[in-house]
Amino acid sequence: MLVLAGLGTALVVLPLVGLLTRTPWRDLANLLTSRIVVDALRLSLVASTGAAALSLVLGVPLAWVLARSEFRGKALLRGLVILPMVLPPVVGGAALLFAFGRRWLIGEPVYEATGFLLPFSMWGVILATTYISLPFMVLTVEAGLRNLDERYEAAAATLGASRWRVFRRITLPLIGSSLLAGLVLAWARALGEFGATITFAGNLAGRTQTMPLAVFLALEQDRGAAVAISLVLVAVSLTVLVLLRERWWPVR
Amino acid sequence: MLFAAACASPSDGEDVLIVFAAASLTKPFGEIAEEFEAVNDVEVVFSFAGSSALRVQIIEGAPAEVYASANLANMEAVVDAGITHTDPVVFVANTMEIGVAPGNPRGIAGLGSLSDGDLLVGLCDATVPCGSLARRVLGGAGVVPAVDTNEPNARALVTKLEEGDLDVGMVYRSDVVGSDLINGIEIAAQDNVLAAYPVAALTASGTAAAFVAFLQSDEAGAILRRHGFATP
Repeated sequence: MLVLAGLGTALVVLPLVGLLTRTPWRDLANLLTSRIVVDALRLSLVASTGAAALSLVLGVPLAWVLARSEFRGKALLRGLVILPMVLPPVVGGAALLFAFGRRWLIGEPVYEATGFLLPFSMWGVILATTYISLPFMVLTVEAGLRNLDERYEAAAATLGASRWRVFRRITLPLIGSSLLAGLVLAWARALGEFGATITFAGNLAGRTQTMPLAVFLALEQDRGAAVAISLVLVAVSLTVLVLLRERWWPVR
Repeated sequence: MLFAAACASPSDGEDVLIVFAAASLTKPFGEIAEEFEAVNDVEVVFSFAGSSALRVQIIEGAPAEVYASANLANMEAVVDAGITHTDPVVFVANTMEIGVAPGNPRGIAGLGSLSDGDLLVGLCDATVPCGSLARRVLGGAGVVPAVDTNEPNARALVTKLEEGDLDVGMVYRSDVVGSDLINGIEIAAQDNVLAAYPVAALTASGTAAAFVAFLQSDEAGAILRRHGFATP
């Protein structure tokens, strides 16, 4: 058992060691403050925060419906919500393009009238990353709602609290840790999103080029820069995951 | 090592030749491989991707036996890494064209249109050959493009033009010939560039050498020209 656990650990640790051995420590400061890295990091942080927020707004009601109501087609709905988690992100990106591109039913008239276009814009990055991270939010919150003892809510309702008040004062605080875990997972997944973003939103430094896109393209020309950017992604993601795991994640 | 073994495992005992080739060669190489397999007892297995991505994989030890790149720089890097077995030979060349939607609905006239901020303009990223060539052509003509996206390879750019998600882009002539959906506007010869495609064998295998030789044959040349390439 311990041997297998050790092998499992090696599998996740060795690639990081590989990354560290290729890190150009001497040029690191210069690489990390270069325009392209700073732009990509800012865009990545803005987009993944936007995606996490959107996932919260759209994902909690979805989780609620999935956890609390019974209707025909519920299994299908859950399948559809989880789909972006298992689809190749490039497929998701292409599908988004066919749905929200300017050749689409709605995209075309909107573009002709206002010039507003989701692809090739920062809003496109946020939409693509939300599409990929939404299932992480929904699944986490749905699990939280299922584990919740509904008698607390029933008691509050008996005491005359409105449904909204029960949700706000009883349900939300009780699923707080699930909400936070969902937010963190959605945020971290969005931070690492590549395939859907480059396919749907394109790649332009300062507008749609997030960290993963910058890594991918730098890898083919400037290995040092690619490794430096990867290191930042690893550091940011790992810090967030470790800190929050210690304090708030529901699993003890 | 594991990767090499897994990739090279031949189906029903037939020999396998692993060819790493620039994505722009996908269509002609498919036909060329059929001709080659017909006279040689071997199965040609391709890995098509951006030349730069392939270069990285080869230098990191990917089990390629033949490398066909869309520019000289990537081949030179592989030569410098000491991985080539034969000297590279240029076997084909490509030129750039302006790719537009069928029927040219936006009335794109020439290179100058690429600086139009109202059009959705796509190029290949500067890190891949079609992107650096496009920038050389535009730079030579004094055009500063209003780029909306830098696509990771030629194929991705062509797809976005075909789907109408972009108005105009700089693509290979072979991409225009190979697509039923986009039209090409020729670039005057004095503004255009010629992209040389070198190929080299990476192993001592006779099959690899035979494939490299076959690429320079009249038979292969005819296939390549039919797909919009120029042969030396």
